[in-house]
Amino acid sequence: MNDNKGNGMDHHHTHSSNPRELQMARSMCWHCQSEVSGEYFCDRCVKVQPVSKETDYFTCFGFPRRLTIDPSKLEAKFYELSRAFHPDFYQNKSETEQTISLGNSATLNSAYRTLRDPIQRAEYLLDLEAGAVKEIRNSPPADLFEEILELQDTLNEYRAADRTSEIGQQLRAKLQAEQLTLEQRKQDMETGLQQLFTDWDALQDRGDATSQSRTERDRLLKQMREILSNRTYVKSIVNDLVATIG
Amino acid sequence: MSRIVGIDLGTTNSLVAYMKEGHPCVIPGRNERTMVPSVVAMTDNGLIVGDPAKEHLTRNPERTVYSVKRFMGKALEDVQGELAYFPYSLTEQGGVIRIKLGEKSYSPPQISAMILKELKQRAEEHLGESITKAVITVPAYFNDSQRQATKDAGMIAGLDVLRIINEPTAASLAYGLQEKTQGTIAVYDFGGGTFDISILKLKNGIFEVLATNGDTHLGGDDLDREIANLFLADILRQHGIDLSAYPDHMQTIRLEAERAKIQLSDELKTQVSVELPDNKGRFTRELTRDQLEALTMGIIERTLTPCRLALKDAGLTPDAIDEIVLVGGSTRMPLVRQRVQELFGKAPHCEINPDEVVALGAAVQADILSGGTTDMLLLDVTPLSLGIETMGGVMSSLIRRNTTIPASAKEMFTTYVDGQTGVDIHILQGERELANDNRSLAKFRLKVPPLPAGVPRIEVTFLIDANGILNVKASDMRTGQSQSIEVKPSYGLSDREVEQMIEDSFKFAVEDVSARKLIETRLEAGALITTTEKSLSEGRRLVAPEEVTAIQAALSALATAKDGNDPRAIRARMADLERSAQRLTVAMLNDSLTRGLQGKKVSDLT
Repeated sequence: MNDNKGNGMDHHHTHSSNPRELQMARSMCWHCQSEVSGEYFCDRCVKVQPVSKETDYFTCFGFPRRLTIDPSKLEAKFYELSRAFHPDFYQNKSETEQTISLGNSATLNSAYRTLRDPIQRAEYLLDLEAGAVKEIRNSPPADLFEEILELQDTLNEYRAADRTSEIGQQLRAKLQAEQLTLEQRKQDMETGLQQLFTDWDALQDRGDATSQSRTERDRLLKQMREILSNRTYVKSIVNDLVATIG
Repeated sequence: MSRIVGIDLGTTNSLVAYMKEGHPCVIPGRNERTMVPSVVAMTDNGLIVGDPAKEHLTRNPERTVYSVKRFMGKALEDVQGELAYFPYSLTEQGGVIRIKLGEKSYSPPQISAMILKELKQRAEEHLGESITKAVITVPAYFNDSQRQATKDAGMIAGLDVLRIINEPTAASLAYGLQEKTQGTIAVYDFGGGTFDISILKLKNGIFEVLATNGDTHLGGDDLDREIANLFLADILRQHGIDLSAYPDHMQTIRLEAERAKIQLSDELKTQVSVELPDNKGRFTRELTRDQLEALTMGIIERTLTPCRLALKDAGLTPDAIDEIVLVGGSTRMPLVRQRVQELFGKAPHCEINPDEVVALGAAVQADILSGGTTDMLLLDVTPLSLGIETMGGVMSSLIRRNTTIPASAKEMFTTYVDGQTGVDIHILQGERELANDNRSLAKFRLKVPPLPAGVPRIEVTFLIDANGILNVKASDMRTGQSQSIEVKPSYGLSDREVEQMIEDSFKFAVEDVSARKLIETRLEAGALITTTEKSLSEGRRLVAPEEVTAIQAALSALATAKDGNDPRAIRARMADLERSAQRLTVAMLNDSLTRGLQGKKVSDLT
């Protein structure tokens, strides 16, 4: 069984490749050709407009690019937009409108799924701000490198051993202790991330464009990327452990 | 917009409902019953559906199909284990099961279409208007092939299926409408052939499904089978008879098992009595509720694992569930209610008739689609992960299970060899690591312009629509051109086959009507020949010999026409005969009157 909670690495397929310039584009209404300004319905003919490929998930929800989001506000906005876009409400409309409704609903659902989870949200933001989210993948924390190599050996020994034997029991106890250590470690990383999220939001709120703030921005992104990579790695080891010792 | 009806196309029973002044209601048949048994029988006088067909289960078991829902979207190998239990014979063609009924073979969607037509007709009679649009429910855990097969059935029945919705979520709509519930609810849906669990969050008219799980091969049928197996073993032991050689008696046993099970929901014991073949007397025994529960405990237990998995996927513990709703006839069993109550730690709801609640919910959804109900919105999920086969036969997941639908994922494809002109894509559904362990949905070949390896960039979009059905699109990122993809379903009818079946269904309908007309006309012709021959033998003396010859000629002309297949020709010859025999008829009438009224003529009497 796959774990679909909190593991953002599984969802990178749904991200658009590199949408750096992400202002909601002013564009023409597909129906009456008048200018559409920002919202999802044409001001003049009230036809639904497709969410542009360049619209990022934060913009889609009308949220600033921050890492702390009030879940109840996010949910309320999700429900509001669902009522605006869902195909159920386009059954009597033209084929074009039905297609737009379907596409917009799918985008909205992806956006909500991504923004709802703090880890996926951070990974998505990293992708927007620095690109190439696929690089956040399975890098072992430097200080844990030795420990993890040893753990892999123990795991292999345990898999080969008779699990009811005394040695098997000893190995199992050792692995259980390792599991606790690693889970604690993952917890620490998440606490560290939370701090970085707060720092990021504060920096964005200040909104200054000094070279100092740019350095700070790059530092925060780099640290987030590193912790996210390590966390993914530790998480997969823990999953492996749980699968082996049950 | 014309009316949309809601249809619950069930394993055992089917229903049709509509929205009447803001309230969903089920449409009863002429016999006042709301449920149409999902049974189709091929009789000498043609196909029959529902209650009359159910009578043929024991009379005509080889030509009476029940539980066809179990075969929707399936290949023969999928149901190998239970073939022995079905008296009708199954074959396969192009990955789709075919059921033999007399001379012809039918796919499961065709059989289902016959049931749908019956419901359509019932609605048309009740509402006095033509019905062409419907919402049809399916088990939440139905995969893409099974959903597509259901949609095909609708099309074959002449229905535009505007939405396929999940049975447990439909039930939640019916409850939500009535109770105006808020909070987290679990819908436990244990039907005739399938089991589903759905966990939903209800808030301000939004019904958001958090997780769903289930087993599309677990239902009341399986409980009946356990009970029937007990009876069969008893009969073998006590009477030395192996009933498996008697398909009609096997059906009697199955129906008796079902009856006993139903009765034991209200009583503590029941008397079982079945007539044995070849005048071997009767099999009788007592079955107690305790015995039933011991027998079916294992099956009921199997419903709890999906419940736990759904809770886990929703990230919830049982105590986070505010209300539990019971759906499906099997939830009438006290043991089921008890186990559900133990798992969730609170008493379940069953205020709305569990047999009707799904159809009622389908009517609510139909009303949402037609714009009648605007404050409710259902946000459902896809029950199974969707992915593609990658190098080494591993499944790479694109859309995870329990993702809110509509959902889409994009994947970029390129080539490995210079000049390569196609990339084969294999779409899968399921939760297993290896491609082979998952359900194959479809295969298709992506067309690629011949270029050096790695240069082509084809983006494929996988979109699961609000019906939970997959749509695939591809576009060449270099040219911006989109290409249409012909997806060959692994376990489904091709578009052409469905078209053919729609055509056939129309043709059969016409054929059926004309066949009935022919039979009726022949009967009338036969009656006319008999009476004319009788008159001729009695009244020959009353008319001129030329007239006798003329009547005899007309008689033989009608007899010839009657053996033909043209009802109009028969009618024409019948008219001829009546004309040539008119004088004879009048003469005979006059003659009998003369004798009865002493010399007075017919004309004198008027």
